[in-house]
Amino acid sequence: MASKSQDVEALVKKEYEHGFFTDIDSDTVAPGLSDDVIAFISKKKDEPDWLLEWRLKAFHNWQKMSEPTWAHVHYPPIDYQAISYYSAPKSKKDGPKSLDDVDPKLLETYEKLGIPLHEQKMLAGVAVDAVFDSVSVATTFKEKLADAGVIFCSFSEAVQDHPELVKKYLGTVVPAADNFYAALNSAVFTDGSFCYIPKNTRCPMELSTYFRINASNTGQFERTLIIAEEGSYVSYLEGCTAPMRDENQLHAAVVELVALDNAAIKYSTVQNWYPGDENGKGGIYNFVTKRGDCRGVSSKISWTQVETGSAITWKYPSCLLRGDNSVGEFYSVAVTNNYQQADTGTKMIHLGKNTRSTIISKGISAGHAENAYRGLVRISAKADNARNYTQCDSLLMGDKCGAHTFPYIEAKNASAQVEHEATTSKIGDDQLFYCRQRGISEEDAVNMIVNGFCKEVFKELPMEFAVEAQKLLGVTLEGAVG
Amino acid sequence: MSDTAVKHYIEELHRLQESLPGDKLSLIREAAMGQFQARGFPTTRQENWKYTDVKPIARSAFGIAEAKPATGYEKQLEHARLSGLDSHELVFINGRFSVEHSRSQDLPQGVVLEDMSSAVNNHSMLVDSVMSNTTLNDQSNPFNILNTAFIHDGVLIHVPDDCSIDKPINLIYLSGYSDNEFSAHPRNLIFLGSGARLTVIENYVGAKDRQYFINTVTDAVLSSNAALTHYKLQQESVESYHIGNLNIYQDRDSQVNSHSISLGGALVRNDIKVQLDAEGAGVLLNGLYMANGKQHIDNHTLINHLQQHTTSEEHYRGVLNDRGRGVFNGKVVVHKDAQKTDAAQSNANLLLSDQAEIDTKPELEIYADDVKCSHGSTVGQLDKDMMFYLRSRAIDEATAKSILTYAFAEEVIKRIEIEQIRHYLEYQVIGRLPDAELIKEFTHE
Repeated sequence: MASKSQDVEALVKKEYEHGFFTDIDSDTVAPGLSDDVIAFISKKKDEPDWLLEWRLKAFHNWQKMSEPTWAHVHYPPIDYQAISYYSAPKSKKDGPKSLDDVDPKLLETYEKLGIPLHEQKMLAGVAVDAVFDSVSVATTFKEKLADAGVIFCSFSEAVQDHPELVKKYLGTVVPAADNFYAALNSAVFTDGSFCYIPKNTRCPMELSTYFRINASNTGQFERTLIIAEEGSYVSYLEGCTAPMRDENQLHAAVVELVALDNAAIKYSTVQNWYPGDENGKGGIYNFVTKRGDCRGVSSKISWTQVETGSAITWKYPSCLLRGDNSVGEFYSVAVTNNYQQADTGTKMIHLGKNTRSTIISKGISAGHAENAYRGLVRISAKADNARNYTQCDSLLMGDKCGAHTFPYIEAKNASAQVEHEATTSKIGDDQLFYCRQRGISEEDAVNMIVNGFCKEVFKELPMEFAVEAQKLLGVTLEGAVG
Repeated sequence: MSDTAVKHYIEELHRLQESLPGDKLSLIREAAMGQFQARGFPTTRQENWKYTDVKPIARSAFGIAEAKPATGYEKQLEHARLSGLDSHELVFINGRFSVEHSRSQDLPQGVVLEDMSSAVNNHSMLVDSVMSNTTLNDQSNPFNILNTAFIHDGVLIHVPDDCSIDKPINLIYLSGYSDNEFSAHPRNLIFLGSGARLTVIENYVGAKDRQYFINTVTDAVLSSNAALTHYKLQQESVESYHIGNLNIYQDRDSQVNSHSISLGGALVRNDIKVQLDAEGAGVLLNGLYMANGKQHIDNHTLINHLQQHTTSEEHYRGVLNDRGRGVFNGKVVVHKDAQKTDAAQSNANLLLSDQAEIDTKPELEIYADDVKCSHGSTVGQLDKDMMFYLRSRAIDEATAKSILTYAFAEEVIKRIEIEQIRHYLEYQVIGRLPDAELIKEFTHE
């Protein structure tokens, strides 16, 4: 908890911490989307024919689809032909073999972001697959992971080195025609992360990817695929920051998780993309499809997310509980301030017997922001003894913001037990008074109360992330009260 | 398919209009039909109708019911009456008002209780005020519009300032006893002056296994300090279609208690829309739905907190058995100026069969910060410990189940203030459970 008292006025004016821009010659394709552009991306990445076909099929599906409008968010129409669908740092061709080969400018950027790669290798014990503008440029801890048999690499590398795995699992959790943004991603994705944990293996370290959007006017379309074989375990961390800019940027990622028998995947996200300025100008559009498939018996997928950034968030990390006794979890903190809009939640689809799911969602809305929880719990007719517990709480700060809850519950099995609870309130005057009375500044008191409100979710995060998340929360809500 | 159904209703309207030359409402009907034509029947692609498919209604295209002869129906009427309850009684046969069966005496001075066809001539101002009120009249609901297109039967109730009607007004709708395959669109308008008090019962009773379509709308406008208690007891034939809209507008410090009990009907949809438009306005929505066989019962409620210091409380419970399907959608919207809103909502469901289904969606939309809002929704089964307790006392399984199911439903019934209605419902609810006679022993007060 920050202890020094700060000038609220200064905080309100405070600019986005990570707002800087690294100038690297990008190998950018002209804006627009067509079969040719997709062929260009595919060729540029030296992809096999089946993948190009898959992309084109997705693109043709996408052309027939229309943008979803059901979410509780508002934004000007996006011109998909005005976006450039490929950009890669120039030095890519040679492929840096070690950190020394990496563009020093890139390294400088990472320093500013607080992820010094060379130090992290020793200190943090975290493997970082740093994605800079759609193409991975440096990967660490490869050897150590290779010893355990874990494959952790960029998506493009996986396509080259492990095509059979990619072909087997790509699009099996999120089909290419799943929704508008997933179809778009399937057509034009440039890179992302690939992770494969072999049978009965516990991944020796937390895997982490820092995504970063850089070149101006470029949409970012990552694709992540994680496969946990029988009896394996992996904890995957994803964290994001983005530089400041004026035009809105589109981000439509797809994440697919596959957990086979007795496997467990823990996927944690801290999302801190540029949310736009205090007048709602700029900011990232974050339209993400994340889905985990508990394919095997007694498998487990756990999503934890801290969403503080982006102008618009449209994101529903979901679990398909197909295997008997499988478990799905969703822990979320979504914070919106100024003119941010978030429509986020989860889907728990119970298909197997004795499947269980837990949903804990905390929404905090301040300024002129809109924050919605949208969730679906479906108990299918064959899912005997399925169990769900859902709790979504909203905290409102200020009288211009909105907080909404849209939970869908569909139960078709007589042994289903589903509970849903939701509350909406503001920060208690009594709580605030109690803190103020003990000499704690209002800003700190609010911080403390909000952190307490989110505690249930933070405790699910890996240690380093939990600390970062708490700080982020403070930064996001600066100036919201006082 | 929907187009032919719409065409059918346009023809039916022409038929009705010709039979009522020079009727004051003909323009309103035409306008509404124009709107309905533009909109058509709702489809499951519309969010509000996601879980309820009204194709069977569109497909059936029943003709408008004929007015019925005056005699008969005494036995059915006796059956539908709430025994021991003294009330002003208005009777509708197949949705058409029957003056011969109705009786209302000793109404306080100034109270208007008239059937719509005469109210149009005697109180056209009141009728117009509702028809032109777009916030009250739900323009987004196609069935509400369709009802307006056929507005003819129903009652107008006006209670003047500071007047209280002690005896409830009991509207009895007998359907299907003499006729099959008809549609009816009864419309009720209720006005309460400042400080007025009223209890209205809408009791829908249908002949066994008859097929028909009832599309009813009740609009209620409450002035300051007025109080309305509204009961809707729906026991239509299990082959029938029933669509009901209740639109409520509330002024300062007014209170509405609504009790909605849905037991009958093959395809049922109830919509309740409440506008809390002044400080101190409060509403209680209390509801029970029980679906057996292949029944489909959908309850949609919308509460708009438009001003500060308004309160709402909602309790809906469902019992789904056999292949029955329940749908619940409770939406609470707290608008920008509605600070100090207190809104609580709960929906509990009992799933008793693997073929039964419940789709529930409690929604909160909040644009003010100093509010207290909560909702809860559950789907579950009978408590194992409770079952064990009863079984260990030598009560057989079927009876134990029935007792616990009844206890679950009773949470809603016990909120009903009128004793006779409570008893009547206890009787009706228990009657739908296995081992009815045995349970009655346990539940006798």
